[in-house]
Amino acid sequence: MAEGAGEEKKKFSIWDLPDVPVGQLPPHLELQRSRVSCNKDAPIHTESIQYSGAYASMGIDNSSRLDRFSNNFRVEVVRLNEDDMEFDMIGIDAAIANSFRRILIAELPTMAIEKVLIANNTSIIQDEVLAHRLGLVPIRVDPRLFDYLSENDQPNEKNTVVFKLHVQCKRGSPRITVKSDALKWLPNGSELVKETRNATSDSSSKPETYTYFGCSQETIPEFVKNPIIPKYPDIIIAKLGPGQEIELEAHAVKGIGKTHAKWSPVATAWYRMLPEVVLLEDIEDDLAEELKSKCPVNVFDIEDLGKGRRRATVARPRACTLCRECISGDDWEKRVALRRVKDHFIFTIESTGALPPEVLFTEAVKILEDKCERVITELS
Amino acid sequence: GRYNLIFYLKICFPNDYWIQFHPFNSFVSWFGDLEIGLKETMEHGSFTDNSAATFSLTDEDHTIANAIRFTLNQDQMVTFCGYSIPHPSEARVNIRVQTTGDPAREVLKDACQNLMLMCRHVRCTFDKAVEDFKASNAVKAMKIDSQDSSGDDSEESE
Repeated sequence: MAEGAGEEKKKFSIWDLPDVPVGQLPPHLELQRSRVSCNKDAPIHTESIQYSGAYASMGIDNSSRLDRFSNNFRVEVVRLNEDDMEFDMIGIDAAIANSFRRILIAELPTMAIEKVLIANNTSIIQDEVLAHRLGLVPIRVDPRLFDYLSENDQPNEKNTVVFKLHVQCKRGSPRITVKSDALKWLPNGSELVKETRNATSDSSSKPETYTYFGCSQETIPEFVKNPIIPKYPDIIIAKLGPGQEIELEAHAVKGIGKTHAKWSPVATAWYRMLPEVVLLEDIEDDLAEELKSKCPVNVFDIEDLGKGRRRATVARPRACTLCRECISGDDWEKRVALRRVKDHFIFTIESTGALPPEVLFTEAVKILEDKCERVITELS
Repeated sequence: GRYNLIFYLKICFPNDYWIQFHPFNSFVSWFGDLEIGLKETMEHGSFTDNSAATFSLTDEDHTIANAIRFTLNQDQMVTFCGYSIPHPSEARVNIRVQTTGDPAREVLKDACQNLMLMCRHVRCTFDKAVEDFKASNAVKAMKIDSQDSSGDDSEESE
């Protein structure tokens, strides 16, 4: 089709316009890439755009190269106690954060009671129920000092911890509650004697027990001043009525949470993305009061503008639980935007006591490194 | 002692191959039975074109596979990558890698190396952050003791 005479067809590129920023994504795409928009009905843009060539047509490199990652990655610890911690990881992707969480729950080794040798149990708690409850008691010992016990190994001081429980409720005395502090550590190994076939006992050496301790565990330097005990002394294991008795020996071994949850070192570990609450327009006076009262966790605050006018501000976005109360009424969705930052994770780790939570996280990262190394070795 | 069997080629199809890499962890126990702990990686691809392959890892699950898939995506030579778990009861993961010409195995190895470096960096940063936090808390505790002031309004969110 012939154009009007005198009109030239110029090659027009949007990048030539003076106010278009080059090398960055336009703001709406940046929002899509880095934030999850939590709308009233459902969140959108939840997937992380990982493909390195995703924005290639705009001339933007989406690959997170290692140097950029190293520069932008930050960790900020918010709370650190003996048993739990909360920290922020900024600049990492959900895939890696989830790997850490999975490893914390299922692949960090701990010590837990596995074999229970019951000599006498006249209580109303069945043997297997008692053994199950004993397995779930967290033990305060560093699992890195021990080795795994496989089927062919003999239980010795390097892979087993032995506890004894001997409680008796005498006739005429009131009922007793057996708590976990009744578990006594036996640093010299098992005291239950194995029945040997030989009727003639050889007068030499001590009788054979169920473990083969070469030396007492008390001599190991880490246990000299701190004996191995359950972490919490007040866990109820059983209850005894008059005349009932429990006598047993419990052997604890090293394992991981994948095999059985008793070996999981964390009560739980979870993460959430940082919430971002944005006021899309100025909210003043009555609307501001209404907004502040709607939020159950007091994310919003009122500030005075002078002359009796007030304005709402976002004071504590981190506390937001995304209950969506603030966008629930009519028109509120136009005024308030709820978002989550895709690469800012608030991690919480609650340890059951074997290891402090910061050590747990470091060990989890080491385990991911080891897995990678194994894959690399197998590929070469 | 420990035996490492060398890999062997098993030719199934004219243009495809299965390479079985050396099994890891084969022990001879004290009584002489040979126990082979199977931990193999198999690569299924084409003889002629090694830029696309599927790697089958045993004893692995989403934990490592999703992380490797993420680092693979970041690599600019990768045109396609993904992972699948053929059956949830079997601990096996298939990772598919298609590249723009480089051998898929090398690209996968690079991705694993990148993941390892990222982990190391995470660990360093985390350790430093914990140390800084403990140090600043110790200073705060001393200040509170000396001034005898109350109220430590640190933000604690759920």
